[in-house]
Amino acid sequence: MNFGYYPGCALHGSSNDYEQSLRACLDALGITLTEIDDWICCGATAAHSLNHKLAVALPARNLALAHAQGCAEMLAPCPMCSMQLLRAQRVLEADPPLRDEIAAVVEAQVNGGPRVLNIIQIFERVGLDALKAAVKQPLKDFKPACYYGCLLVRPPAVVDFDDAEQPQSMEAVVAALGAKPVAWGYKTECCGAGMTLAKAETVLELSGRILANAASSGANCLVVACPMCHVNLDMKQAAIEEFVGRKFGLPVYYLTDVVGMALGLGAGELGADRHFVVAGKEA
Amino acid sequence: MAPHMDLPPTKIVRLLQLGDGEGALRASSIWQCVSCQTCSTRCPKSVDCAAVMDALRQIAFERGMASAAERRTVVFQKAFLDNIRRNGRLNEIELIAAFKGEVFFRDRSLPFLFQDAGLAAQLQKRRKLHLRGEKVRDRGVVARIFERAGGGSR
Repeated sequence: MNFGYYPGCALHGSSNDYEQSLRACLDALGITLTEIDDWICCGATAAHSLNHKLAVALPARNLALAHAQGCAEMLAPCPMCSMQLLRAQRVLEADPPLRDEIAAVVEAQVNGGPRVLNIIQIFERVGLDALKAAVKQPLKDFKPACYYGCLLVRPPAVVDFDDAEQPQSMEAVVAALGAKPVAWGYKTECCGAGMTLAKAETVLELSGRILANAASSGANCLVVACPMCHVNLDMKQAAIEEFVGRKFGLPVYYLTDVVGMALGLGAGELGADRHFVVAGKEA
Repeated sequence: MAPHMDLPPTKIVRLLQLGDGEGALRASSIWQCVSCQTCSTRCPKSVDCAAVMDALRQIAFERGMASAAERRTVVFQKAFLDNIRRNGRLNEIELIAAFKGEVFFRDRSLPFLFQDAGLAAQLQKRRKLHLRGEKVRDRGVVARIFERAGGGSR
């Protein structure tokens, strides 16, 4: 299997552990990735907050590049990027005059572009039975709280993936690995997203509630699929513990970490040894 | 987020219904909003509240009337776009330097300036810090996209 690949800035920046994990894990499954040549930033929250045209144009440029490079299906592992790409596709599809205008802005034909996939959809494409059969090291001591955050499932009219209030797709993947995902209430609550620098207390409060609910629900780790969620829950966990006055010590794994570990890869190969909260007794 | 907001999404939408666009544009809440999309997903009347928040931020930014109380968020978003305009991709160190520098220039808060300083060494240890950020090859087209979209000029 081969997919086009739009890493986005985070995976080439301080979330490079996610990219390492993703590449190691997908390689072990025989999946190859073709990175979109000369991709640009999707604009993220800054673009959709300050400039509507940019918020459509930046993703549109990437979709046009991918299309021109013969990409039919493209993995965008960062939910911010994938939501922005999908939103641009939907906005442009519904508005032909805007499509012409944006084509002139981005100096490329804008005609839909590839099908944009998140990382869970890649594992669904592999097939849960095939994944189960490939497991070398069942994750029997893992009791993860599968955390979706916002943009994997919201807004449903844009991303059209799983259930916006009670998603189960990540639980299905980790269950295939032998893990026992816990039932919990905060799987789609926001972690504070890109407020990490500008307004840290927002992150401390929102992410604190997520960690508290995961711990109270019997989880011994979290599994995420978003680089920003990982930053807030892992890198900021010590600050959160200080803020809420409660010790969590909950390792936060990318979904590709846990799949990779079940396939027999080590934490060092996956980059999971570079997280802030070190693995507990579940690993 | 709504409990912390001066005007939660429901009240923002009501203000707009009543024709008080000014009041909505001056609300702190439009900059406290984390764009989690929950209000749009749950609105029983199918109002895309998150898109309304986006539109209000865009207009407030254009008119230079963004909430002073939430100035840091505005400065951060603007620094983010400036960074993309120059490099095509985000350079995190440049972004942090530009953001912290601009905030310090405005409010002279030393604690805020050094708030995350300890993290740099921690990130470095984990090979997560890139002193030289990536740049796309075709930065000309990125600059032209920004120019045509009228982006980040304020």
